[in-house]
Amino acid sequence: MSKLTLDQVSEGQQLPELPYDVTATTIVLGALASRDFRPMHHDYKFATVRNGTQDIFMNTPNLASWFERYITDWTGPEGRLGRMRFRMRDSIYPEDKMVFRGTVKGVETDEAGCGWAQLDVDVTVDDRVCTSCEVRVAIPTNNDDNPWARKGDDWRP
Amino acid sequence: MDDLPQHIQDMVGKELYPEEGEFPVENGYIYTTCSSVENGNPLFWDEDTATELTGGPIAPPTMISVWFRPHLWAPGRTKEALPLQIHFDLKAGLDLPEAVMTDNTIVFHEPVRVGDRLKTHQVLRSVSDPKTTKLGTGRFWVIDVEYFNQDGAQVASESYTGFGYKRD
Repeated sequence: MSKLTLDQVSEGQQLPELPYDVTATTIVLGALASRDFRPMHHDYKFATVRNGTQDIFMNTPNLASWFERYITDWTGPEGRLGRMRFRMRDSIYPEDKMVFRGTVKGVETDEAGCGWAQLDVDVTVDDRVCTSCEVRVAIPTNNDDNPWARKGDDWRP
Repeated sequence: MDDLPQHIQDMVGKELYPEEGEFPVENGYIYTTCSSVENGNPLFWDEDTATELTGGPIAPPTMISVWFRPHLWAPGRTKEALPLQIHFDLKAGLDLPEAVMTDNTIVFHEPVRVGDRLKTHQVLRSVSDPKTTKLGTGRFWVIDVEYFNQDGAQVASESYTGFGYKRD
C-alpha cells in the first residue's frame, strides 16, 4: 500500500480506476457483513416481484465500505476519512461491472495544520452513475505527520 | 410546516430513540466487511500497524451504522426492530407509504475502537412542505443520527435526507 503525502496531491488529479465484476455473492456477502437483512439484498423473488427491480441489489452501507476501500487504497493507511456525502441514484446488480473513479477537487491545510483533499468519487455501471460521493479525507502533510493522532480541536472534519 | 400533524411537529429537534448497540464493536464483522470489499488496509488486519498509527485496533469508519442494525430475531422481541425509526414514524404518521433516501452525509470524529460500547440517538431536523417529484407527491425530511462511545466522545454523526411519497 502506498503512503501518500499532501505534496503529492493536486487539484484535478485522477485517482486510479477500480473496476469490479459484481456477483450475487458480492451483494449477499456485503449485505450480511453490514447486518442488513432486508430481503431485497438476498432474495431474488422479493426484489423482482415485490420491489420491481431487475435483481437483488447492493445495499448502501456496503457501498460505503466500497468507497472507503477505494479511497484508502489511494491514500494508504495514514489517510483518515473526515466526511462523506453520498447521493444515491441507481442500483448495482449481479453481473454488473462497477467502476470507481475519483478526482481531486481541492487541497488545503487547515488552521490546525491538518492536510485535506476534497474528492469527487463515483461508481458507475456502463455510463450509468449509480452513486456519487463527495469526500473530505485527511492526508499526512509530510512523512512525520499522522492524521490519526489528531484529537479535539485539532481534528476538524 | 403549519399543516404538519402536531405529533410530528413535536418530534422536531428532540433527541429520540436513544439506544446502545446490541454488542460491543468486534473484529468478526470488521474482517467480514473488509473481506466483502477486498479492503486490505493493514489498519484493520494488522494490530501492530493499528497500534502504531491509531493507538490500537479500530473499525473502518464507514461501518458506523453496522453496530446499530438490530438482530433479525432476539429473545423477547415482539415486533420488528427498525433502524432509523424516525423515518418509519414519518411514513406512518404522514400516511406516505413509499420512501427513498436521497442523500446521506457521514462525519467521522473519534475512531471507533474494538470493544467500544456505542450509543446513539436520532433527531428529526426538518420536514418540508408537500412537494411533487417524478416519484409522486410527498415530503422531504432530514434526520440526524449521532453516535458516541462509552466515554461520551462523539465518534460520528450522520444526516439523512428522505422523501416519503404516494405514487401519483
